[in-house]
Amino acid sequence: MTTALAPLTRSHPAPSPLLEIGHAGAWVPVCAPGALVPGRGVAVLLPDGEQAAVFVDRHGDAHAVGNRDPFTGAYVISRGLLGSAGAERRPFVASPLLKQRFDLATGVCLDAPDDPALALPVHPVRLR
Amino acid sequence: MEGRDVSGRSPRPTVVVVGHGMVGQRFVEELAARGVTARARVVVLAEESRPAYDRVHLTSWFGGTSAEELSLVPDGFLEEHGVELRLEDPASAIDRAARTVTTRSGAVVGYTTLVLATGSAPFVPPLPGREADGCFVYRTLDDVEAIRDAAARARTGLVVGGGLLGLEAAGALRDLGLTTHVVEFSPRLMALQVDEGGGGALRRTVEKLGLVVHTGVGGQEITVDARGAVEGVVLSDGSRVETDLVVFSAGIRPRDELARAAGLAVGARGGVAVDEHCRTSDPDVLAIGECAAASDGVVYGLVAPGYAMAATAADLVAGRAGRPFHGADTSTKLKLLGVDVASFGDAHGRTEGALDVVYADSRAGVYKKLVVGADGTLLGGVLVGDAESYGLLRPLTGSVPPAPPEQLVLPAGLTPATALGPAALPDDAVVCSCHHVTKGAIVAAVADEGRASVAEVRACTGAGSGCGSCVRAVGQLVDAELAAGGIAVDNGLCGCFAQTRQELFEIVASLRLTSHRALLDAHGRPEARGGEGCEVCKPTVGSIIASLAPAIGADGHVLAGEQAALQDTNDHFLANLQKNGSYSIVPRIPGGEITPEKLIVIGEVARDFGLYTKITGGQRIDMFGARVDQLPAIWARLVEAGFESGHAYGKALRTVKSCVGSTWCRYGVQDSVRMAIDLELRYRGLRAPHKLKSAVSGCARECAEAMSKDFGIIATAGGWDLYVGGNGGASPRHAESLARDLSDAELVRLIDRFLMFYVRTADRLERTSVWLERIGGGLEHVRDVVVHDSLGICDELEAQMAAHVAAYRDEWARTLEDPEKLARFVSFVNAPGTPDPSVRFVPERDQHKPDLTVLAGPTLPVRTLEGSNPS
Repeated sequence: MTTALAPLTRSHPAPSPLLEIGHAGAWVPVCAPGALVPGRGVAVLLPDGEQAAVFVDRHGDAHAVGNRDPFTGAYVISRGLLGSAGAERRPFVASPLLKQRFDLATGVCLDAPDDPALALPVHPVRLR
Repeated sequence: MEGRDVSGRSPRPTVVVVGHGMVGQRFVEELAARGVTARARVVVLAEESRPAYDRVHLTSWFGGTSAEELSLVPDGFLEEHGVELRLEDPASAIDRAARTVTTRSGAVVGYTTLVLATGSAPFVPPLPGREADGCFVYRTLDDVEAIRDAAARARTGLVVGGGLLGLEAAGALRDLGLTTHVVEFSPRLMALQVDEGGGGALRRTVEKLGLVVHTGVGGQEITVDARGAVEGVVLSDGSRVETDLVVFSAGIRPRDELARAAGLAVGARGGVAVDEHCRTSDPDVLAIGECAAASDGVVYGLVAPGYAMAATAADLVAGRAGRPFHGADTSTKLKLLGVDVASFGDAHGRTEGALDVVYADSRAGVYKKLVVGADGTLLGGVLVGDAESYGLLRPLTGSVPPAPPEQLVLPAGLTPATALGPAALPDDAVVCSCHHVTKGAIVAAVADEGRASVAEVRACTGAGSGCGSCVRAVGQLVDAELAAGGIAVDNGLCGCFAQTRQELFEIVASLRLTSHRALLDAHGRPEARGGEGCEVCKPTVGSIIASLAPAIGADGHVLAGEQAALQDTNDHFLANLQKNGSYSIVPRIPGGEITPEKLIVIGEVARDFGLYTKITGGQRIDMFGARVDQLPAIWARLVEAGFESGHAYGKALRTVKSCVGSTWCRYGVQDSVRMAIDLELRYRGLRAPHKLKSAVSGCARECAEAMSKDFGIIATAGGWDLYVGGNGGASPRHAESLARDLSDAELVRLIDRFLMFYVRTADRLERTSVWLERIGGGLEHVRDVVVHDSLGICDELEAQMAAHVAAYRDEWARTLEDPEKLARFVSFVNAPGTPDPSVRFVPERDQHKPDLTVLAGPTLPVRTLEGSNPS
């Protein structure tokens, strides 16, 4: 899931915006959007013990998917590199362990698009 | 079901395969490919405790390839096709009348078709003492395990047999650190494959590697000590060799005893006699591989003919008109002890009127001979030390080559421009002999079916998926055909850049670009501009910018500015990611020299942070199991004690190993430790296309193993010899001599130039060994550039290296100084004090290892934010 964090400027200093992701019917606060480095991710601990990976791309759009790499079981997706592919420049993250790519909008593993067991869960993202 | 014949009443036909070696497994795969496994029951009776594995590469087990990696049975293959594999339950008898096989455990299995793939057994000559403790054969994984265990207690080993397998075994013993003797009854090594000249070249090279070769003699008696262990071998010339272990590798004998007992016909020299469809004298019993004597009477001891027989037999079982097996091409190309050896066709010139064309360079250990008929037909040949042209020459066998034979044996550099390429092959030339793929089939796959790479051609024709010796020729054919069809070959780095790494390096250097984004938006493929880039180009461009940082005015720290977003996770966290998401930490220990105080600090840090410790192959200490949030505290302790980053995480210089050198060693001729420290400190932190390893040996005994490094230095009485392009790992390669007898200053200057030229021109993830083989002109070209300055760039290369050396700062210390960078080292952005609960450990051998059960399920056991904060 993707949301535009427009604009990433400091013109509204008063109530500093907070990035939140949706999980199990509730919104979970993550951090100020400015704390994210474009092209990299952070891990988020969810209230039920699950983990999410949150990324922001060079255009300021934020994306949130599950942090567990379905190929290895390790909770490392947040440490993968962001990229974009195809004519639509769809953003993806590459697992840092074995380099499989996952579409950030759908969570689908681009190396195994037909296997739902290898897709990442996707979380909605909002700014508040 | 066991102990009873079920097949008589079974509606499904049953195929019973006796033996699960390489050929047995291939046969089952061929059955599955023909749909037989879907309609028939397939039972495989195996003698060993492991499913089929790659015996051809058995020696690689000593080099660290695990038994699992050698396995030939893909995960889930047996289950998917319903194949019943009975391990350690070989067939003990065949009842052809009842059509049943009895196994060692007493099970009786009925068959519709029985396939014997029992393979062969090593031949052990009947020497007195051959059963003694310390005598081995070289055939199975159990054998090599036993040899390794015995070698750990031995100093000397002797191999009986100087053929292909014998030399493999000798190489393994040598690599285990034993003084190794090879005893060969014939007057030369590899007598079956090579002629006298080739055997001589091979012998000189093998002796240079330190093996002691005895030819023209046999073993006469194995002498044993009071405890019944091997103590020596008496040879047929009366001489005696002291040895702690003996490996018999003097040929194989087909295992035809089951067939004999069942009354099946056998060949004159053993082996179950079969016809061209692999049928024995009982048409319901087939035999394939090394246990069979083919219709030409020959027992083929190579895997390619075995695979061909497996396909023929599978065709018969599937009811197809298959390709009959009349016999096989026994051409071989292999690398033995690092030496290329190939022979093909009539290698010994036995054809009436055959003539030889020979090129020999004893100094370089190269011997090449072509056997040519009176009418110019190429009949066969022997290649030792340089088998590059094998992929072209073998398919030309039987035809008149399009270039004179004397040109075909000259080394690449001496060949005129009209040299033979694969384009010159006739269409019916067999390029891949393992899968019988002709040049015409490869060309058609590209031209008619639109295959555009070696991988695609391999997938549709099978070419190159056997022994792999033809892959180069296939690649040349594919490229030539693509070019002929007007299709440009895309050598671009990735989907984002059409340029190679070298081209990007030149763009970054000349335009002084300091960001990936600027490079992508101005020079990327049109469809990628404005995008994110990808996981291939980001670290590559990050590495180029880091290599050039001082020269182009970029911040040299890998976590500075946009650089932070380009690095793979290892570089991003300045540590090595392990399988459970934890990291390992390697402080630099230059040259492997360390004070007791520093050793104690490492021990204390590992103890205090609960880290698993292991000594690395590069004379350093690796500490495993740190969480992201622990890294800064660990570095702080290490930096305070005077350590710095060892760059184990980077595509950078790793380590310069050294032996103890002339300061302590009675053989040392130079101070190798001092030189190793100087070199490691000079090149530390240099970002390169791939990791760089080095070593310095203090004398020709080469204890530091410099010949296996990207740049290795060996001391001489007059200075230092520099070797480049060595590699261990999956594709071992000995380094080659770049220059000899250098002074300290000459050595450093030459390494500066060599490394910078490599950094500038290599592809992404291309080690120096591959780079040297790829670039046009190879080592000679590199020598021209860095020794003779043929391109006039040496001043520039030296200046770039000088800028790197001057700008070096420890990455750990710089990160610790910067609160903004430190803020990234948390497990969770929304719970900075909470450690990652998925990083957990279980005990192992007094330390611990990752607890993978934590990672197994789709979800972690519930652990809430409130209840998980011990820190």
